[in-house]
Amino acid sequence: MSLATQEAPMAAGELADLVGSATRLYEDLELKAVRDWKANDPARRAIGFLPVYVPREVIHAAGALPVGIMGGGDQIEIVRGDSYFQSYICHLPRSVIELAVSGRLGALDGFVFPSICDVIRNLSGMFKVLMAEKWVHYLDLPQNFDRASGGKFYRHEMATIANGVSALTGIEVTNERLRDSIRLYNENRRALADLQALRVQSPWLVPATEYYLLLRASYLLPPEAHTQMVRDYMRLSRTSQRHAQDNIRVMVRGAFCEQPPLGLLRTLERAGCYLVDDDFVLGARFIPEPLPEDGDPWQALIDGFLYKSLPTASKYDVNATKEAEVVQRARDVRADGVLLIAPSFCDPALLDQPMLARALDKAGIPYTSFKYAEDTGQFQVIREQAGTFADAIKLWGTK
Amino acid sequence: MTTAVKDLSQDRQKQMISAHYAKLARAREDGRKVVYTFVPGNLTELLNNLGLLPVLPEINALQSGMRGKTGDYIHIAEKAGHSEDVCTYVKADIGMLKSGNVGPTGEPLPKPDLLLLSYTGCFTFLKWFELLKREYDCPVVMLHVPYQGDGRITEPMRKYVADQLRDEVIPALEKLAGRKVDYDLLREQLKLSALAENDLVWVLESAKHRPSPIDAYFGGVYYIGPIFTSFRGTTDAVEYYQLLHGEIQQRLDDGLGPVTPEGTLQEEKYRIVVEGPPNWTSFREFWRMFYGEGAVVVASSYTKVGGLYDRGFRHDPSRPLETLADYCMGCYTNLSLPDRINLLEKYINDYAADGFLINSVKSCNSFSAGQLLILRELEKRTGRSGGFIESDLVDPRYFSAANIKNRLESYFQMVEAKRARS
Ligand code: SF4
Ligand code: SF4
Repeated sequence: MSLATQEAPMAAGELADLVGSATRLYEDLELKAVRDWKANDPARRAIGFLPVYVPREVIHAAGALPVGIMGGGDQIEIVRGDSYFQSYICHLPRSVIELAVSGRLGALDGFVFPSICDVIRNLSGMFKVLMAEKWVHYLDLPQNFDRASGGKFYRHEMATIANGVSALTGIEVTNERLRDSIRLYNENRRALADLQALRVQSPWLVPATEYYLLLRASYLLPPEAHTQMVRDYMRLSRTSQRHAQDNIRVMVRGAFCEQPPLGLLRTLERAGCYLVDDDFVLGARFIPEPLPEDGDPWQALIDGFLYKSLPTASKYDVNATKEAEVVQRARDVRADGVLLIAPSFCDPALLDQPMLARALDKAGIPYTSFKYAEDTGQFQVIREQAGTFADAIKLWGTK
Repeated sequence: MTTAVKDLSQDRQKQMISAHYAKLARAREDGRKVVYTFVPGNLTELLNNLGLLPVLPEINALQSGMRGKTGDYIHIAEKAGHSEDVCTYVKADIGMLKSGNVGPTGEPLPKPDLLLLSYTGCFTFLKWFELLKREYDCPVVMLHVPYQGDGRITEPMRKYVADQLRDEVIPALEKLAGRKVDYDLLREQLKLSALAENDLVWVLESAKHRPSPIDAYFGGVYYIGPIFTSFRGTTDAVEYYQLLHGEIQQRLDDGLGPVTPEGTLQEEKYRIVVEGPPNWTSFREFWRMFYGEGAVVVASSYTKVGGLYDRGFRHDPSRPLETLADYCMGCYTNLSLPDRINLLEKYINDYAADGFLINSVKSCNSFSAGQLLILRELEKRTGRSGGFIESDLVDPRYFSAANIKNRLESYFQMVEAKRARS
């Protein structure tokens, strides 16, 4: 039994309204928000993208709304999706296919599948077969982190996306338009960085579920609307009556693609963990720092990806620094421990785990690991595991 | 069935392989450097050109599988913290490493001096070498091979790979070898590659005859051995494929069916196209389930993972780097899913197959993700019967003989019934 089972008090008033809006967006698997946005102007187009990262600025500069597709979570019944995938393949693609074949992605005019793993890669081809009338593009992000080769190739990849989206919107991606988009997304980066800083400083003001819902909202809203939402949230949360509890501070790694259900996040908090850092919805903050707003905007995006993006399992670690990075990050966010979680059957996350675990071991940072699926519905075992972990840290840990 | 007769080509291949392992065993004494790299998109000609010795971890894994060692190796890897869910080739390799890295000849394999990471067709390769990098104190050289997402190789893709070869991979290999690439020699090697490729394609296409003189899956995995591994671009490989060509020609002239472990198959009852890798831990048993029913695999996708030559690609000595780039990008698992469907459809038609079968392996997302859609599409497009079985490459826990046999029997009955109806 956990020593602490407190949870952050529910949001109230305006804060509750804001969290309610974010929750409605999270639940909006029919993409009503996108339909509404498009309804304001029949020329509007929306492009869906899969985890982890795509340069949203390019899609935006071509006049389309980039919409993140993160699967169906625990919110949809998989009727047909399972018949497309063997039991030993992770859950995300089956819910994505379910969304597609049930017509829920109808508001989207095209799709970008970034290179992250073989499942997403092959899913891009499945979309080409199943949604032959839509523009479907596989984005090969460079694994060669050299400006001269990987950078050059990435420039070409981005140009292909720009042309593909422009063909749908009729809007050419000029340098000026791209710089404007970078500016908007930079504002969003700053807001998210501030939110993250607030969370590290006062995690009781930013409960994990609310933080998560805000991140998810960035995948449906235009950037300026989302930035406003994050800013409003921080203002309201700072003045809320939430107080610190006797929880441990944990950092989460391994949830960069298939997402844990909200219930799992709630469970972790109930088990006495404040989540002070994680890799949920990673594409929303993959390049955490603002990019240069003048000069060659394509180069800004290239350098952002090559040199400033966060470490993750789907990116090849050229200089074998991921161990040092995970340890450093845990220290920077003052994490008492780390949760190494991973979607079942996820090769990238699960093959990364032993490397991270060894690094944490060496650094004397406690960790525990478990698997989940986006539709996991039973949290008892996870609750006990996380509770025991939290208790052990409280009793003997680094606090 | 008649008694099995050892073919000369088979002996030749065995000698080549043993000679290679002998070189590896003596690598340290001989002062030769060792490069670990993967089969799809391998750069064998370049490595040989520089006198570097390749080790292919997938081949170690499959050979360990055939020798019945992978159950233990996987167990060791899982005890060391690797998940039950991930690719078993990686775990078999890690388990082997932790057990002394003993190769098939009983001698330990030399450690790598360099890890050449080309992840053609599979992201797990990235993780595999990230893990190995932490076991060995040696550099990694990355060759990013773009995926044919839109079903073709574009000029920027080709240039990207060729530039990486020229500016990064070759300088790193030259540094390791202590000498420069001999481009005249490379052109000669590529010429030899193309010669062997011609013969390999001829052999694989011989299956268009009735009866097919070869089994293009169970026999095919032996035929691709030299060209997919360390011998492409050598006279050894050219001679092996000439020998093989001659033997298959003889079988054709004699009207013989394929060789099986129990001799020549007497009656070709079913002509099947197979998608997906075989199972290695029960390879013979798996094969018997086919030839026991008179089923011959006339074409397979697995025999294209280390190079897809039957669409016309040949290594071209006149443009060495570009041709290596095209080779890397052209391997089967680097094709888009729609293109894989097109290729399999073409095989079913060109080889006059009665049906097709997918062996879906748990390990390999690169192959497996999307195979159920491939199944549907092929059934729809060809009207031929599709079968689906599940196993694994080297994890014996996932080879359920009774279950697979049942499924295959019902599948062949289905093919039979369909044939009777038409
Ligand atoms: S959860 Fe893992 S295996 Fe599944 S699609 Fe995402 S990265 Fe790929
Ligand atoms: S996932 Fe498939 S291609 Fe990749 S290493 Fe494993 S078996 Fe090989």
